[in-house]
Amino acid sequence: MASSSPQISRLKGSTREAIAGFLFTLPWILGFVLFMGGPILFSLFLSFGKWDGVSGINGIQWVGLDNFREMATDQRFFKAVYNTFVYTAASVPLTMAGAILVALLMNQKLKGIAFFRTIFYLPSVTAGVASAFLWFFIFQPDYGLLNYSIRLVAHIANVFVNLVLPVDIAVHGPQWLADPAWVKTAYVLMSLWGVGSGMIIYLAGLQGIPEQLYEAADIDGANAWQQFMNVTLPMLSPVIFFNLILTVIGSFQIFTQAFVLSGGQGAPADSALFYVLYVYQQAFQLFKFGYASALAWVLFLVILVATLIQFKFSGWVYYEGDLKN
Amino acid sequence: MAQLNSDFWASKRRIDAFRKSLALATILVLSVSMVVPLLWMVAISLKASENVFQLPPWNVDWKWANYVDAWYPFGRPSFTGDWWADLQAMLFEKESFWWYLGNTLVVTSLSVAGVLLSSATVAFGFARLKFPYRNALFIIVIGTMMVPSQVTMIPTYILFSKIGWTNSWLPLIIPAWLGGGAYNIFLLRQFFMGIPHDLDEAAKIDGCSTFGIFWRIMLPLSLPALVTVGVFAIVWNWNDFLNPLIYLQDSTKFTLALGLNQFRSLSGDKTNLMMAAATVVLLPILVLFFVGQKYFIQGIATTGLKG
Repeated sequence: MASSSPQISRLKGSTREAIAGFLFTLPWILGFVLFMGGPILFSLFLSFGKWDGVSGINGIQWVGLDNFREMATDQRFFKAVYNTFVYTAASVPLTMAGAILVALLMNQKLKGIAFFRTIFYLPSVTAGVASAFLWFFIFQPDYGLLNYSIRLVAHIANVFVNLVLPVDIAVHGPQWLADPAWVKTAYVLMSLWGVGSGMIIYLAGLQGIPEQLYEAADIDGANAWQQFMNVTLPMLSPVIFFNLILTVIGSFQIFTQAFVLSGGQGAPADSALFYVLYVYQQAFQLFKFGYASALAWVLFLVILVATLIQFKFSGWVYYEGDLKN
Repeated sequence: MAQLNSDFWASKRRIDAFRKSLALATILVLSVSMVVPLLWMVAISLKASENVFQLPPWNVDWKWANYVDAWYPFGRPSFTGDWWADLQAMLFEKESFWWYLGNTLVVTSLSVAGVLLSSATVAFGFARLKFPYRNALFIIVIGTMMVPSQVTMIPTYILFSKIGWTNSWLPLIIPAWLGGGAYNIFLLRQFFMGIPHDLDEAAKIDGCSTFGIFWRIMLPLSLPALVTVGVFAIVWNWNDFLNPLIYLQDSTKFTLALGLNQFRSLSGDKTNLMMAAATVVLLPILVLFFVGQKYFIQGIATTGLKG
């Protein structure tokens, strides 16, 4: 070691580092080839073909761009795209802001905070099938919990109003899952109930912000809002960026709730026909694997572009440990 | 001067007290809306099947027997009178939640071990080691997060059925050991990148190997992030429905999520039993989270740097 010149040992070091790098990432490379790259190529091939899935690999017919031409005239495809965009535009900002707010609250030094953290995280651990069924009952217009609460609040409000005015405010909760105008609101409410999973990530991020930064800001006379804007947000930005990408992708892929709550059909009037549900219908109900693969590929490209845009505008993200070469 | 100083601190304490009570009030209101649906689930689980949707919601029959019946979606084994034989019949009934619980524990623990080890290893490679095509490969990692699982589902199923792994737990476990999921790699890489480089430089000067830096410095410092990934992986595996549904046909190999789904296929008046079973499935996760969340409080990543 001591005898070798610094030049040579640095060279050796970089080669060794390269080998180590490949060894450390090898598990992922293997997994990628087997469970991602291979299957993706196969489904790309399928998207230019026609296949019912039963007739064996040899039954695949090459149809060129026919599947993509079919989309241009497919009204349900456009409906599914519209539904998915509306849901994403409403649920992503709301769940992000909600999760950050809850994480900030849960980061307070309060008695019994562990108990409250558990309560907020609870909804996101309920089993998919069971919680979808629970919400199916909650949204029932007559005996459902949500409209019952609305009636209860209206009743209490009326008691107070009646002290002054002899009028009754009549409040009828919406039909939720039965009314195309309210279906997406119902799904957004469900997604808000699951803010706990985002909250956990933000909480871990908040815990990682060194206390000295706040002490220094205190000494400089920064108030709570200034501390939030100038310490908390920049330090939390890598986590926010991570969560933003994850939430957008997740909401583009909404499926299980829509599948269980709409009976697999996207009812009523296709108002809950989200994109992945449509892909599922084409593949596993109509056995049009070629068209379904083409649809899946279009979704993939849309998500890819959306994510690249987010990376393009990621200048606001602040990495403390990054040397930026 | 001293007077001014004490005034300053007194007003600061008052503002702090006000902020704390405001936070507490918000927390209370929000947590009620979080917990009420779940309380309704528990309330339904304790109702007689003819009263399931009776209002008001807190009108409960306290039918605890639901919690015994819920373990056996297809009916409890009949009693013979010999308590030892009965106990055995109750515990070893294969279409019961006891059996599904055992299956789920095996599948979940093997998958989570794989997720933690392989995602941390891979994330370290991307965060700290320079090698050719590193950035290109990492862009592919990000890219895989964008691939809808529907794109890969059919070809992956064909692959597993060709090598004869269907109707076994291997398709649920082995992928976890090969990368551990792009989300987890990305999350851990973000955390690793937040750890100052001075630490590895110092360790390198002290003669620490690359693996040593990973194992003795990065992993202990990222304990909160690892706990986060671990909790997510446990919850995800515990609740995963689609993969067991696709790969497991034999009901003796079912996981809890598939067990819950059995209630769905039975006649509709078992809503109360389904909610009882869902409550039971939720409990271990609840306990785990309650115990594990103290690691978030400690914020080990920062205290390690302060010391």
